[in-house]
Amino acid sequence: MIDEKFDAIVIGAGMAGNAAAYTMASRGLKVLQLERGEYPGSKNVQGGILYADMLEKIIPEFRNEAPLERRLIEQRFWFMTDKAHTGMHYRNEDFNEEKPNRYTIIRSQFDRWFARQAQEKGAILLCETTAIELIQDAYGKVVGVRTDRSGGPIHADVVVLAEGVNGLLGARSDLRPRPTAQQVALAVKEMHFLPPEVIEARFNLKSDEGAVIEAAGTISNGMTGMGFIYTNKESISVGIGCLVSDFAENETSPSELLEAFKKHPSVAPLIAGSEVKEYAAHLIPEGGYKAIPQLFGNGWVICGDAGQLNNAIHREGSNLAMTSGRIAGEAIFQVKSRREPMNADNLALYKKMLDESFVLKDLKKYKDMPELLHTQAQNLFLTYPQLVSKAMENFVRVDGKPKIEKEKDTVTRFRKARGTFGLIGDAFRLARAWR
Amino acid sequence: MSLEGQFQKVEEKLFQNRYMVDSGQPHIRITPHDKPSKNLLAMTHLCPAGCYSVAESGQVELTADGCLECGTCRVLCEESGDITWNYPRGGYGILFKFG
Ligand SMILES: Cc1cc2nc3c(=O)[nH]c(=O)nc-3n(C[C@H](O)[C@H](O)[C@H](O)COP(=O)(O)OP(=O)(O)OC[C@H]3O[C@@H](n4cnc5c(N)ncnc54)[C@H](O)[C@@H]3O)c2cc1C
Ligand code: SF4
Repeated sequence: MIDEKFDAIVIGAGMAGNAAAYTMASRGLKVLQLERGEYPGSKNVQGGILYADMLEKIIPEFRNEAPLERRLIEQRFWFMTDKAHTGMHYRNEDFNEEKPNRYTIIRSQFDRWFARQAQEKGAILLCETTAIELIQDAYGKVVGVRTDRSGGPIHADVVVLAEGVNGLLGARSDLRPRPTAQQVALAVKEMHFLPPEVIEARFNLKSDEGAVIEAAGTISNGMTGMGFIYTNKESISVGIGCLVSDFAENETSPSELLEAFKKHPSVAPLIAGSEVKEYAAHLIPEGGYKAIPQLFGNGWVICGDAGQLNNAIHREGSNLAMTSGRIAGEAIFQVKSRREPMNADNLALYKKMLDESFVLKDLKKYKDMPELLHTQAQNLFLTYPQLVSKAMENFVRVDGKPKIEKEKDTVTRFRKARGTFGLIGDAFRLARAWR
Repeated sequence: MSLEGQFQKVEEKLFQNRYMVDSGQPHIRITPHDKPSKNLLAMTHLCPAGCYSVAESGQVELTADGCLECGTCRVLCEESGDITWNYPRGGYGILFKFG
């Protein structure tokens, strides 16, 4: 099908793949990008918050043209019980700055735009094309890929595996393991359409301003998981995700969990009267630092979700994907400029640069968090939200009971649920994992 | 906790989506079995698109047309050989309008 040899083949036109293709193409490398979807983004799901800084490092003027939904000026955290939520709202007028820091995006639109930028720099994009196999030479060096299109293999000096969390290629060639059920969360999400004025009134926003809500508590049925509500221009993204291992153990249906979340008395009024136009599901890597596989080898590098480069604690994924794609592109360009071979020794530069970036520094910081969240799921997602809710109720409900008794009641409830040592232990474990 | 019966059915949700179905070419296949494994049986609850169901004879069946390609069944059931998991052909399968 394609006779010429490329400097690099990029698998996937998601965040990582587009960043890598753009970085390499804009430095003059001959890049072929393969995407299995009808168009970039047609297979991709995100909440989705876009972190501006990481995109700015790739396309500084992106704000002029990228399809952005709303700039985020407010972040809410909700601790939920069946009928209540205890919330923390952080809103700051400074977020209306000239170059806002976070936006909501819709991936099918954003990915198309991002891929087009790479194409304008000279990358060749083939959609509706699934890479089905990596080709290795006699020494095990990856030298190209085979696709499901007619025609023979396509060759390149290096293959960038930006195939996402559910990528098959790397796993099939034993370059990385298939993620385990403890290392991935399954998220389901719906798009609820409403007129912009209605969204703005319900969330107390001016036009183009946005707010996002992250919610944890009894909504996940004691599983390690979170719900989210994000405002777009004319729609609200509502979703919930939990670890696959927890879903399997609890035999809970994700779609029903989402329905229950939508019906929660704190959530329902926000989306009332909306028209739902899509129901999506996707995995999120949550294994953290310890789950990161080998990220480079002879003729290959792994970027983004495919390498578990995802910070579940901060709900950051696309920025780590973009940054790892950019860094991979820069490293490959450096090796190429030195006219050196794309072998493991030289591509180790990618890992070295990644180690020095926020990507691996952040993931390292929270290396113990996934285990903690998993083993303490019942306490963190069921017991504590209920205790906090009861404490708040004791505080605000005026019913003639002396305050001293109410405070005692609150303390007793906490002690009873977790024990004094349990409480100290929980605080200690959390602090240590957070540090 | 079972939430069954109270909410909108998955099939109704899938109606809102856009698919390009590759007729006769299911991308996921269940290995013939007498008695389903624990994980395969769990998929009848877990699959977000409700693709897995239990037949009267007790085996687990799959209709992959509404598959959202999330990969959950791959994570739980591929290694054990309960299923084989492939992508649909390029351009086929779920096509997210928003994502
Ligand atoms: C519900 C949800 C909410 C999220 N919210 C946020 C958020 O608010 N902020 C944030 O930063 N992150 C968020 N994330 C995480 C974020 O979406 C991911 O981290 C990010 O998409 C990873 O980018 P990627 O390029 O590594 O993978 P992907 O975006 O998954 O891209 C992989 C691409 O490769 C293609 N592909 C795979 N295999 C092949 C093949 N063999 N041949 C051809 N093409 C192939 C796929 O079609 C796809 O386009 C969220 C994720 C989910 C599921
Ligand atoms: S990939 Fe996801 S949606 Fe498709 S059958 Fe498996 S679990 Fe269901």
